[in-house]
Amino acid sequence: MLDTKPITVDNVVEMHHICKSFGTVQALSDVHFELRRGEILSLLGENGSGKTTLMNILSGIYFPDAGEIYVNGNLVTIRQPKDAFDLKIGMVHQHFKLVDVFSAAENIVLGLPGGRTINRRALTRHVREIADQYGFEIDPDKKVYDMSVSEKQTVEIIKALYRGADILVLDEPTAVLTPQETDKLFDIMRAMKKDNKSIILITHKLNEVLAVSDRVTVLRKGEYIDTVLTKDATIQSLTDMMVGRSVSLEIDCPVPQNVEPILKVQSLTVLNQDGGKALDDVTFGVNGGEILGIAGISGSGQRELCEAIAGLYPVTGGSILYKNVVDGHEVDENVVGLNPNDIVKKGIALAFVPEDRLGMGLVPSLNMVDNIMLKHYRKKKGFLVDRRTSREIAERLVDELQIVTPDVFTPIRKLSGGNVQKVLVGREIDTHPRLLMVAYPVRGLDINSSYTIYNLLNEQKEKGVAVIFIGEDLDVLMEISDRLLVLSGGRVTGIVDPRCTSKQDIGLLMLGQSIDNEKGADAV
Amino acid sequence: MKTLMIIINWINAAVLAGTPLLLATNGEILTEKSGNLNLGVEGQMYMGAVTGLAAAWLTERWFGVGGIIPLIAAVVFAFLMGCISGLIYSVLTVTLRANQNVTGLTLAIFGTGFGQFFGEVLSNEAGGYVTVGAETKHVFGNINFGSLTEIPVIGTLFFRYNWLVYFAIIVAVILGWFLNKTRKGLSLRAVGESPATADSAGINVTRYKYIATTIGGGLCGLAGMYMSMVNQKGIWVTNCVSGYGWLAIALVIFSTWSPLRAIYSSIIFGGLSVMYMRVPIPGMPMAIYMMFPYIATILVLILTSIRQIKEHAQPASTGLNYYREER
Repeated sequence: MLDTKPITVDNVVEMHHICKSFGTVQALSDVHFELRRGEILSLLGENGSGKTTLMNILSGIYFPDAGEIYVNGNLVTIRQPKDAFDLKIGMVHQHFKLVDVFSAAENIVLGLPGGRTINRRALTRHVREIADQYGFEIDPDKKVYDMSVSEKQTVEIIKALYRGADILVLDEPTAVLTPQETDKLFDIMRAMKKDNKSIILITHKLNEVLAVSDRVTVLRKGEYIDTVLTKDATIQSLTDMMVGRSVSLEIDCPVPQNVEPILKVQSLTVLNQDGGKALDDVTFGVNGGEILGIAGISGSGQRELCEAIAGLYPVTGGSILYKNVVDGHEVDENVVGLNPNDIVKKGIALAFVPEDRLGMGLVPSLNMVDNIMLKHYRKKKGFLVDRRTSREIAERLVDELQIVTPDVFTPIRKLSGGNVQKVLVGREIDTHPRLLMVAYPVRGLDINSSYTIYNLLNEQKEKGVAVIFIGEDLDVLMEISDRLLVLSGGRVTGIVDPRCTSKQDIGLLMLGQSIDNEKGADAV
Repeated sequence: MKTLMIIINWINAAVLAGTPLLLATNGEILTEKSGNLNLGVEGQMYMGAVTGLAAAWLTERWFGVGGIIPLIAAVVFAFLMGCISGLIYSVLTVTLRANQNVTGLTLAIFGTGFGQFFGEVLSNEAGGYVTVGAETKHVFGNINFGSLTEIPVIGTLFFRYNWLVYFAIIVAVILGWFLNKTRKGLSLRAVGESPATADSAGINVTRYKYIATTIGGGLCGLAGMYMSMVNQKGIWVTNCVSGYGWLAIALVIFSTWSPLRAIYSSIIFGGLSVMYMRVPIPGMPMAIYMMFPYIATILVLILTSIRQIKEHAQPASTGLNYYREER
C-alpha cells in the first residue's frame, strides 16, 4: 500500500504515552495513537474506553497528565482549544458546541480574529464556498435553535473547516442521524479525504468503521489495544478487541406467544410548547407478549408519546385505551386527562423507564432503597414509611441484575450509567407491569450492560408484558422488535415488520417519505 | 394644557429618576451577558455612592477647589470602586467558583454596609453633616443650553437635564452597538450563552467574564454616585440608594437584556418611582405610590415569562460557573 502514495507514510499526529486521570479514575494510561495524512481513522472503543478523552486532549479541552504529542513531526503542547486549531486540528463534539441563539454564520465565525465589526456578507459568501466545495447544504442565516440535528452537525463541521482544519475529529457523528444522512456524511468525509485532510472518526458502530475508514485504532478501558487495517478486520474481530473477549452479538427475539391487545392509542394529538403538533393523529396498538419498537429521528415525538401514555403530558385530542379488568369485566379504560397517580389507582399496571434517567427516573442524591420506596410508599397506610420492604427489593435487584454498588445505601449518582439503568429498569419491572415503556434504555451503556437490558426486556415479553421500546440504534431496534413503528415529525409514517423491511426503507420512513413496496405495511 | 404640563414635567422627572437605573441596568446587562448573575448591584451602588461623595468632598477640602475637578474625582473614584466590587465578585465566582447567587447577595449586604459605614465616618469627619460646595453641586445640576431650554415642551423634554443623563444614554447606545455588531461583542455573548462553545472556539472565557463583570460593576458604581451627587445633591443620606439596585436587576429582565430597550424601560420605572410627586391622586396614601415600581416589576416578571422569545431570554449560562474539565 505504501508505494501507491505520492509521499511516504507521514504521520500528521502522533501521541505517545498519554496518561490522564480524573480524580481517582484513570481515564487513559500509556495510550499510543497515530494518524496519517489523508486517511480516515476509526477510533473504536466502548463507553468509558477513553476515546473521547484522548481526542479532547488532542483538541485542547483536557490537558494530559503525561505524554507527548507530535503534530507534523513537531513536539507540541496543546493547552487550550485555540492551540489546537492553530495546529489546524478541529473537533466536532458529540454534544454540539454551538450557541443556540446565534445564526449558523455567527457560530462559524465565533472567536476568530478580524476587523472590529463582522462583514456579514463576506462571511456568508465564504461559508457557501466551503459548503459547495464538499457538498454540504446550509443556510448561513438560520438560527441554530431552528435547526435539525443533522444541520447542527453540518455547522460544526463547516466551523472546523472555516478555521482551516486539516485534521478533523468527529465524535460519534452518526449517533443522531438517519441512515440517509449518515451516507451523506460519509460521502462528505470521503470528499475531505480526497482533499488530503485527515479524519478521526470516534464511534462504537462497527458497520460504520468497516464502511468508511482506512484503519482502526481500538481502545479498551483507557488502554491502547491495537491498530489494524480496516480491510483485514471483521465485525467479530473488532468486537473481540473492543470487549477483550469473545461475545455473542445476537440479540434474541423469541416468537411472540399469547398475543393479546393491551393498549390502543387512537388519533392521539398533543401540542408542543410553541403550539405546534408534537404528535399528530397517532394511532397504534400494543399487544402483550410482543415488543413494539419505535424508531424516528430524535425529536420526532417519541418523548411526548411516552409521556402522554404515562399521564405526564397534556393530550389535545384522541384517546389512550388500556385493557383493564373492573369487577371481572374487561373494559377499555381511557386514561387521557389522568395523572400517573390516578392511573395507578385505576389498577393499571404501567411502568415507564424515561430517557432522562437521573432527572425523571431516579433521584440522584437518594440511595437505591429510597428510590425504590418512591414507587411503594403509598401502598402502606400510616404516618411512617416502610423502608424494610424497599430494602429487600433493593437487595434482591442487586443480586439478580449484578448491580455494582458498595451497598444499597449509596446515592444513585455515584453509580455508573449501566448500573443506574439496571436499578431503574429493575425497579419498574418489580412492579409487575402489563405495559412496560422504555425510552433509549441502552444509551450510554457498554455492550455487556446493554445485553443485560435486552435480556430483561425479552424476559418481560415472554411473561406476556407489552413492551414499547424507543430506541435510536436502528440495528438494535430491528433485531429486538416484533413490530416497528416509525415516527416522523409527530406522525406515524409506518408500522412495519422489521424482519422483512430493509434498513433503507425504514430510513426513508424516518424522513417522512412513504415506501413503495407494500410488503412492510402488511404487518399493521 | 395643565394636564399636558403635568405629563411633560413628569416625563422630565422620570428621565432624571431613571438615569441611575439606566446606568445600573446596563452594568448588569453587561455582567449577565458574560454569564454572571450579579445580585449585588444594590451594594455596588452604595459603594459607588459613598466613594463618589467622599472623593468630591475630599478633593474640595484638600485642594480647595470646587466644580469640575471634584466632579472628575467623584466620577473616576466611583467608577473604580464599582470596578473593584465587580472584581471581587469575579474572583469569587470565576476563579474560586463560588455560588453566584450567594456571592451576589453577600456583595449586596457588604456594599450596603460599606456605604453606610463610610457615610457615617464621612459625616463625623465633617462634623455631623457632609455636603459638597455650591460650585460642585452646580456642575451636577442641569446643563445650561441657553435658549433651547425655553422652547415649549421640547425644552423640558430634552434640554433640562444634567450631563449624566446624556452620558447614560450614550453608554446604552454604545453597549448595544458593541454587543450586536462587534466581534468582541459576539464573543462576549457566546461566553454568556455557552462558555464551553466559546472556549472551544478559542475565546478566553475567564478574561471576558472578568472584564465584563468589572466594567459592569463600574457602571453600577456610577449609578450609585448619581444617587448621592445628583439625587441627594452631594449630601450623605443613609438610605440614598433605597432599593434602586434591586430595581435595576428587575429592569434587566424588563429590557430583555437589550441596552437600548433599557433606555425606555428605565424611564418608565423612573416615572413610577416619582409618580407621588408629579401625579397626585387625592386620597392615595404615599405607601401605595412607593409600591408602584415593585408591583410593575412583578407584573413584568410574569409577562416576560409568558412571552418566550429565544433571543430575548436570559443568556443561557447565567448563574452557572464554568470549569473546562468538568465531566
